Amino acid sequence: MFEQWKDFHKGNWTNQIDVRDFIQKNYTPYLGDDSFLTGKSKKTERLFSIVEKLLIEEQKRGIYDIYTDSLSGIDIAEAGYVDKENEVIFGLQSDGPLKRLINPYGGIRMVEGAIESYKLDVPDNLLNDFKKYRKSHNEGVFDAYNDEIKKARAAGLVTGLPDAYGRGRIIGDYRRVPLYGVDFLVEKKIEFLNGMAFPFTEEMIRIREEVSEQITALGKIKSMAQRYQIDISQPASTARDAIQFLYFGYLAGVKESNGAAMSLGRTSTFIDIYIQNDMSKDVLTEIEAQELIDQFVIKLRIIRHLRTPEYDELFAGDPNWITEVLGGMGEDGRTLVSKTSYRFLHTLTNLSASPEPNMTVLWSENLPDNFKKYCAKMSIETSSIQYENDDIMRPSYGDDYGIACCISAMRLGKEMQFFGARCNLGKALLYAINGGVDENDGELIFEGLEPIKAEYLDYNELMANFKIVMEKVAALYVNTMNIIHYMHDKYAYESAQMALHDEIVGRYMAFGVAGLSIVIDSFSAVRHAKVKPIRKNGLAVDFDITGEYPAFGNDIDEVDNIGNEILKFFISQLRRHPAYRGAKHTLSVLTITSNVVYGKKTGATPDGRKAGMPFAPGANPMHGRDINGALASLNSVAKLKYEGVCDDGISNTFTVIPNAIGKLPRHRIDNLSSIMDGYFNQKGHHLNVNVLNRELLLDACDNPDKYPNLTIRVSGYAVKFNKLTREQQLDVISRTFHEKM
Amino acid sequence: MLKIHSIETMGALDGPGLRIIFFLQGCPLRCLYCHNPDTWQLDKGTLIDDEAIVGKALRYKPYFKNNGGVTFSGGEPLLQAKELVDILKTLKANGLHTAIDTSGYFNASEDIIVELLQYTDLVILDIKHENAGMYKMITGHSIEKYLHFKEILIKKAQSKVWLKHVVVPGLTDNQQHIKDLEKEVRTFPLERVEKFELLPYHTLGKSKYEALGIDYSLSDTPEMSIEDINSLKKLIKLDCLI
Repeated sequence: MFEQWKDFHKGNWTNQIDVRDFIQKNYTPYLGDDSFLTGKSKKTERLFSIVEKLLIEEQKRGIYDIYTDSLSGIDIAEAGYVDKENEVIFGLQSDGPLKRLINPYGGIRMVEGAIESYKLDVPDNLLNDFKKYRKSHNEGVFDAYNDEIKKARAAGLVTGLPDAYGRGRIIGDYRRVPLYGVDFLVEKKIEFLNGMAFPFTEEMIRIREEVSEQITALGKIKSMAQRYQIDISQPASTARDAIQFLYFGYLAGVKESNGAAMSLGRTSTFIDIYIQNDMSKDVLTEIEAQELIDQFVIKLRIIRHLRTPEYDELFAGDPNWITEVLGGMGEDGRTLVSKTSYRFLHTLTNLSASPEPNMTVLWSENLPDNFKKYCAKMSIETSSIQYENDDIMRPSYGDDYGIACCISAMRLGKEMQFFGARCNLGKALLYAINGGVDENDGELIFEGLEPIKAEYLDYNELMANFKIVMEKVAALYVNTMNIIHYMHDKYAYESAQMALHDEIVGRYMAFGVAGLSIVIDSFSAVRHAKVKPIRKNGLAVDFDITGEYPAFGNDIDEVDNIGNEILKFFISQLRRHPAYRGAKHTLSVLTITSNVVYGKKTGATPDGRKAGMPFAPGANPMHGRDINGALASLNSVAKLKYEGVCDDGISNTFTVIPNAIGKLPRHRIDNLSSIMDGYFNQKGHHLNVNVLNRELLLDACDNPDKYPNLTIRVSGYAVKFNKLTREQQLDVISRTFHEKM
Repeated sequence: MLKIHSIETMGALDGPGLRIIFFLQGCPLRCLYCHNPDTWQLDKGTLIDDEAIVGKALRYKPYFKNNGGVTFSGGEPLLQAKELVDILKTLKANGLHTAIDTSGYFNASEDIIVELLQYTDLVILDIKHENAGMYKMITGHSIEKYLHFKEILIKKAQSKVWLKHVVVPGLTDNQQHIKDLEKEVRTFPLERVEKFELLPYHTLGKSKYEALGIDYSLSDTPEMSIEDINSLKKLIKLDCLI
């Protein structure tokens, strides 16, 4: 029993690792309003003004700086500070702020591409030595890919695959570091290893090796903290220590791995227990508590990875998806909202709107009304928050889950995910028409498919062919993913993040689709109007549509159900192919900003979308086709089935002008809160909320300097508007703004 | 069965809370500043039966907090008063808040209007003008229908009332008129008037006229500025003014 635990209620958590039990026994739900919140402290003010200057400089340079003394790793680099005197939470990825690490483990080409594009000065031996003695995940993957996979990948049928850099989407339970201290965590891992009995099968051997690596990683986390003269071998006892230790756990993760999405988890109410405890002993004031959260958030905002400009084209704005979930309800009916849930959101006021950390509110009908209103108010002011339906996730994931990346739920410390990007359904539909041949270059991707030859497309024939394509894609997709994750475990294992998991973890393999709304609309067009393919060299390159058709996004069951039919069929096909390490297959409808790039690579579709035009993001209806107002649009998306079909999430982005949700600020707050209650009550899964005027965005396009902090939510994350490419900016502006007069 | 111009599922200005708005087709008035001239024609629109209308409205019940509900706007909804009665009755039976957004123009019998108002929680009444001459000049119709509807509303109904008036530069923005308008508002039972709103004229409807090939008589009139509206508001001493 640790001395540091003396103020806390005991429970199962004191005997074994059980963070949830600690939270449940010790947290204080908060039902009040936001009136207790304070501004930023003097120290934070000074620190933040330095950081802001650095960020402006970084924006100019593209990349602020790079660390070249060594390759990335948990314990590399001396202690780094932004402004030591004013910092209350310490730790940077290397010895200075915004210095990106060279991480070749996932793939060396990404690193070389970045070095070349940004003309970075890197000592030759660094990468040469790596190439001489080591192999990257990316090389492993390409050793195993077959021609069919390579062709489908090059054509953009399956795309965004994590085969060239870190896969991410793993959430270490960073709370374990402050709650238990590193030594206790190591002890438990050693106990586990000692308790393993023969036979040591291949999987058992692998687990033994991985757990041993985790133990090594824990040692490195400890020595990394020591560089800052901080001892994390024992549990934390104060709020400052709790946040500091937790952050060191997270920092280890982002020093070792460069995954696209590196979520934080669910930390605020955990931290709140320490803050409450300090306050009850009169050793912490509200302004000091907010200072800790503000400074923690500042540190999270300056996490960086070395990426190529092409990567930025796909995922604009240098995102890290440092997703923190806030709120939600406990299984016992108490809300998990605490004062620190407010303090986190309040950083958007103290430190201005920002994409990171990716603030994600777990919405429940039973959330305290005050919290609902505060969230709505912050959304209206900052457009920096996304919402997810706690009431439909809790039954599957309990009440201590986090969100990886944008929408993927998993039990913290107990489950992980094999990230699988997405399949371009729009392109798959064209393969169904063109007999498995790619519409852009005539390359045969799938053999054994008859092209459709009829003058007008027929619903049943098209659906039958589309299902054959989905069957083939599913086989290819699962096998591709198996290769990627086999190699990632082998060459770029995330030992720090996995050290903050149980030794035996549950695994998901997360598949995804893009272009759902154009495929639904295509089928509706074929059913209700006359759709004639315009063929060139035997390939349908455009479509002539006579008549009108009802589109997805208007709350018409017959149309919306096409979406469910497709999704159900696709996931059932994916499940036919066993996933690596016994992972459970899941599916998402999510594109992030890549809807623009996917659209670029896809020919004209039978819904009337022209070749190269962007898809709608995520599960959004196509812009301009949801003509019955915003709630009809929301209702359509809410019908897409989450549980059992899209268990990895369904992303929807909702953009509205302020006047459309009410005349006075208090009406807007009430109405936005009602919109979310209504959407989530109907089992909608995810909602990005933007409250913005189109004119403002147009002005920001032309005068970026006027709006340095203008933040908008795109599918699954938020981004500084200025960091989008011109093309993406225009795409955002062209999307539906709900603005009834 | 109602003749419908369009449906907006997220209205936040036409009544309390969030509302589904049915814009009914057809209006006899020709208000100079009308921004929905596409709803004028009586022979256009889509017929939708009662069941479908109620069904659509109920789809949005999960969004209706804070008295949110259903608003019938237009066009002039009272032109279809007889058909509206049963629908409003069913909506009320389903626990929905109901509103009509009207100029007060109706052709139905007084009994029907009385019955309709029985199932209408809120009447949003557009006072085109308090002066008969100006009323005619703005709408092309006599003020009589408005006065009759007002009388029924005051004497034979319990609905809450929101009053509104569009302020157009050079037309309805003089100070004396605003003072007279206040007097007109005071003829309503103020305990039932929840809101009185001066709406600044805007030019967003202009393009619709072009599309429809109708002359727009206010084509040279500028938008009403918020500052000017605010200074006019100072002339009015009513708590319900927003």
